Order: sequence, then structure tokens, then C-alpha cells
Amino acid sequence: MTKRTYWERNTATDGYLLRRDVSRVLGNIFMVILLFGLCFLVLQPLFHQFSNTIMSRDDLFDPTVLAIPRFPTLDHFRLGLELMDYWQSLWRTLAITFSMSLLQVAACTLVAYGFARFDFPLKRFWFVCVMITILIPPHILRSAMFINFRFFELFGIIPLFTGGSVNLLDTLQGYTLLSVTAMGLRNGLYIFILRQYFRNMPKELEEAAWVDGCGKLRTFIQIMLPDAVPVLMSCFLFAFVWQWTDGFYSSMFLRSFGVMAEQIAGLGDYFAFWYIVSIGAAEGGLSLAPIALVEVMISVGVLLGIAPIIVVYLFAQRYFVESIGQSGIKM
Amino acid sequence: MKLTMRGKNAIAGYLFIAPFVLGFLAFMAYPLYQNIRMAFSTVTVDFANDEFSMVWAGLANIQRALLVDNDFTQYLVAELISMGLLVLPVLIFSLFIAVLLNKTFPGRGFVRAVFFLPVILASGVLVGIETNNSLLSLVSEQIQNANTMRSSVTGVIESILVAEFGAGIGEGFIEYILAVVNQIYTIAMASGIQIVIFLAGLQTINPSIYEASSIEGATGWENFWKITFPMISPMILVVVIYSIVDFMNRTDGEIMEMIDIVVNRWREFGFGSAIAMIYFTVIALVLAIVGFLISRLVYYYD
Repeated sequence: MTKRTYWERNTATDGYLLRRDVSRVLGNIFMVILLFGLCFLVLQPLFHQFSNTIMSRDDLFDPTVLAIPRFPTLDHFRLGLELMDYWQSLWRTLAITFSMSLLQVAACTLVAYGFARFDFPLKRFWFVCVMITILIPPHILRSAMFINFRFFELFGIIPLFTGGSVNLLDTLQGYTLLSVTAMGLRNGLYIFILRQYFRNMPKELEEAAWVDGCGKLRTFIQIMLPDAVPVLMSCFLFAFVWQWTDGFYSSMFLRSFGVMAEQIAGLGDYFAFWYIVSIGAAEGGLSLAPIALVEVMISVGVLLGIAPIIVVYLFAQRYFVESIGQSGIKM
Repeated sequence: MKLTMRGKNAIAGYLFIAPFVLGFLAFMAYPLYQNIRMAFSTVTVDFANDEFSMVWAGLANIQRALLVDNDFTQYLVAELISMGLLVLPVLIFSLFIAVLLNKTFPGRGFVRAVFFLPVILASGVLVGIETNNSLLSLVSEQIQNANTMRSSVTGVIESILVAEFGAGIGEGFIEYILAVVNQIYTIAMASGIQIVIFLAGLQTINPSIYEASSIEGATGWENFWKITFPMISPMILVVVIYSIVDFMNRTDGEIMEMIDIVVNRWREFGFGSAIAMIYFTVIALVLAIVGFLISRLVYYYD
């Protein structure tokens, strides 16, 4: 067969070939524009915040400066680092968040394995309870939670030993208790994902281990866990990132620890206070911080605060996105 | 006495889920019970002496929330309406993005990472941080007033569209579409997890189904409605329920903020509990209704 040119082939197909290729190219161009626009939509606020934070005071009040500062400065960041007590807070938050996430994922894995692989009475009931913890997050029960932890009695067991209730608010013990009992932030979701994962693993593995005389706990640790490392990693990363920004448990248990979530939320007010005390007083009398500056400082707080988790996200992006895919959520 | 295999299994199972059982009883069931009790009581807390007491007050708190308080019922209705307005666009947006991301193209990993970024950016204290600041919230109203419709490009387009086509299709419909367009950032921020759920669903569809239907001459459009949509319908149920729960429980929701103020500033635990109780009863009702309606439309392949 002789080789025909594109146009010959086009006429042979009655113009179908050209129409197909043109519509394909147009479709691709449309896709590129659309995806670019949508990505820009998500990223623009970050760019905007960043460009604002490196503007000097003159740039901020100059209406001709939009995105690129004329006199870039790192003063706002320096002030932010100081007011947030950044490095101290960073290490403390890293330590607390890391250990709590580890505890939570460990507890969730045990529970999920129990749900996935054993038959026991009331199993459905307890799983409904897991769903309840997903559907009713603790934020709503704020008032009862507050009382519960302020006057912690554990069904009247604790007063038997100490003669009174214990105040668990603003203590690490309270948070640890929640973590080891798989009741931390969104732990119901991790139980759900992990259970789904364990259910899809072949049963033959465990049966072989059982025939060889391996106990249940050992089967779990030596045979099931090594295979589950990627999904465990995903859950750990979710726990880490969400706890990093969480304001609810932070304000309940970690208020005096100065964790990052509290610092991010507080920087605007710290700055306003600092301004009144140092600059306002120097200019004589009470003068409030300009709104534009407060806004910039809030952006500084957000950027500094999320910088560590953005780094984590960039390196471990795969784990975040693929975890839910692996588990195959269905209802 | 020797235990049967079943008995051993049951004991092992309970040992595995023991942390959850204990945690659920102590930190979920008990607060829930306390919350319901407090909703029907007057709660007084004496921080100095480490004591608190509850006195039965009947329906007083509930009545206050529903009949006396000016804000609560308004907030509740506003919250439900904005939920209704947001969930459908989130569903469409996340399905659309998931279908796009399911194709292979250069830079797909990057785009996927960008769309999943909201999972981090729209969490915890980062949500509504600008409106939460006491100084900024003072001026935000003025800024809103200054930003009237006609001062922006979209505002002008909006007024032209309403004037030109308003009579034909109905002004309300155009207003709704424009409201959705204006909210596109909120929508993108609220659909991180949903995109991934859909993406996971799309990847479970057997490619040979598409192949067969394409050979029979189906277009991409037909393929979407006849194959993708039914196959993905179980995910739609998951996504809708997730979106509703996520929206109702976001920390800068009006009711959430009201509970926060009532509990943390006013220290009115009884009233706060009553609000919370009414709120989650309403959410549960909405979920039940929506779940029932959608589950009738869901198609299960296997």
C-alpha cells in the first residue's frame, strides 16, 4: 500500500479526520486554559498573601503597587517570628503533634483491625458508634466536653482515689487520653479508612500464620502491619496536618503550650497589642495599628504557621491523595 | 472449660477494639448524655471551689433558643439555606475536576496536588482567620459596603446579564448562577476530599466498558451519562453526606461561633448545650432525608 498524505486520507474519510484532530487540539487548549485558571484560583490567595507580607509600609499604602513590592522587606516576617515566639513554638508543636498523631494512628489501627477481622457480639452497634464519631464532631459538644474535662471523674472512679474530680483542661494528659482511645480529631475517619484497607487484604495470610501457630497479636504485628505501611503513613500524615491547624483541641488542652495553631490565630491580636505598646506610645497617646498592617501580620502568621506542613505536603503529596483511593470508600 | 474458636475470636476482637469502646463511652457517649441533660437544666459553675451543679429546668433553654433568642433561629435557617446552595455546586465541581484529573496529561501530578491543597488550607484555625480578628471584623462591614456591585468587573457583567436575560429565564435563576460563580473559591476550598473520593471511584470503573461503548459509536458525552454517572453514583452519596457534615461542622459557621461565644464567653452551659442539641438534631434530620432520597437513585454495579 502506498503512503497517502494527510489530505488524501482526510478526503477519503469525508473530512472526518480533520474535524477529529481540530476538535482534539481545541479541546486540549480549552483544558489547559481551564486547568490553569482553576489552579490559579486555588493558589492566588497564597501568592497574594506572600506578596503582601514582603511589602514595606510605603508599598502597602501606595495604590500603584499591586503585586510586586517596590521596596521588598522581610521586616514583617522578622516581627512575626519574634511575636509568635516562632522557633520555640515550632519545636513544641512538632513534638506534641508528632507524638499525638502516632498514638492516634496506633489506636485507630488496632481498632480498625478488630473491626475488619473479628466477629464478636454487637459488632454492628460499635461500628455505628464509629460512624457517630464521624458525624457528630466534638465541636458541637463543646459545652459538655468543657465540663467533662474540667471536672473529670471517669464515671465516678477518680473521686474514689483522690476524693474529688481532676481538672484535665490545659494538660497534656487530657489530650493523651483522647489519643490513646482513638477519640482525637477525626479519628473515626481513620478507623473507617483502615478498616476498609484491612478488609481487602487476603485472609489466607492470617490463616497460614494461624496454622503455623502464630498468635493473633503476633499475626497482626508481623504479618498485617508491614503491608499496611503506606496507608498507615497516609493516616499519620492526615492526623499530623489536621492537628497542626486544629483550634478546638488546642484551645482546650494546649492553651499554655503556645502551639502553632494558637499562635497563628493570635498573631493579629499580639501585633495590635504590640503596636499600641511600642509604636503607639512612642507617637504619643493611644493609636491603633493600621488595618492594612494587621492584615499583613495575619498573613505572616498564616504563612509562617503552615510553612512546615506545606513542606510535609510537598514531599508526601502521594500519600495524601492515594490513601482514600486505596481504601475504596463505598456505602 | 475450654473456649470455642468463636469465643476466642470474640474476646480477641473486643481486646482490639477496647480502646475505642472505652474512649467512646468516656469521651463521646458521656458528653452526649451530659449535653442532653444540661440542655434541660440550669448549669452553674463555681470555678473557685471546683464545683458545678445542674438544676432541672425543663424546656426553658430550648424555649429560649427557639422562641426568645433573636439570633439562633435566623442563623439556623441561614445555615441550612447556604448549605443547600453550596452542596450542589461542590458536588458538580468535584465530579468535574475528578473527571479531568482522571485523564492522563503532562503535569497531572501537580494539578492534583494543587486541588488537594485545600484539605490543608481550609482546616482548623486557618478557616475564616481574617474575620475572626477583632480589629478586622470591625472594618469588614465597611469594606463590604464600599464594594458595591457595580464597582467590580463581575458586578458590571452581573448587572448586564440580569438586565438582558433576566426576563427570559427568570431573574432568580441567573442570580443563583452568579452567586455560585462568585463563590467559586469557597467551592474549590470545600471540595478537596470530595475530588479524591470521586477520583478513586472513577479508577474502579473497568476501561473495557468505555471501549465497548465507543466501538458502538457512543460519544464522550453519552459515555459520561450512561456509564460514568451510574457507576459513580455510590460515591455521590458519600460525597453529599461528607459535604453536608463538613459544611455544618466548619469552625466558622454561624451556629458554631454562637456556641463558642455562649460557652466560652458567657459561660452559659445550659443554653449552649440546648443550641448544640437542636443543631445536631437538625443535621441528623437533614442527613437522614438526603441519604434516603439519594440512596434510592444509587446504582450498584455488582
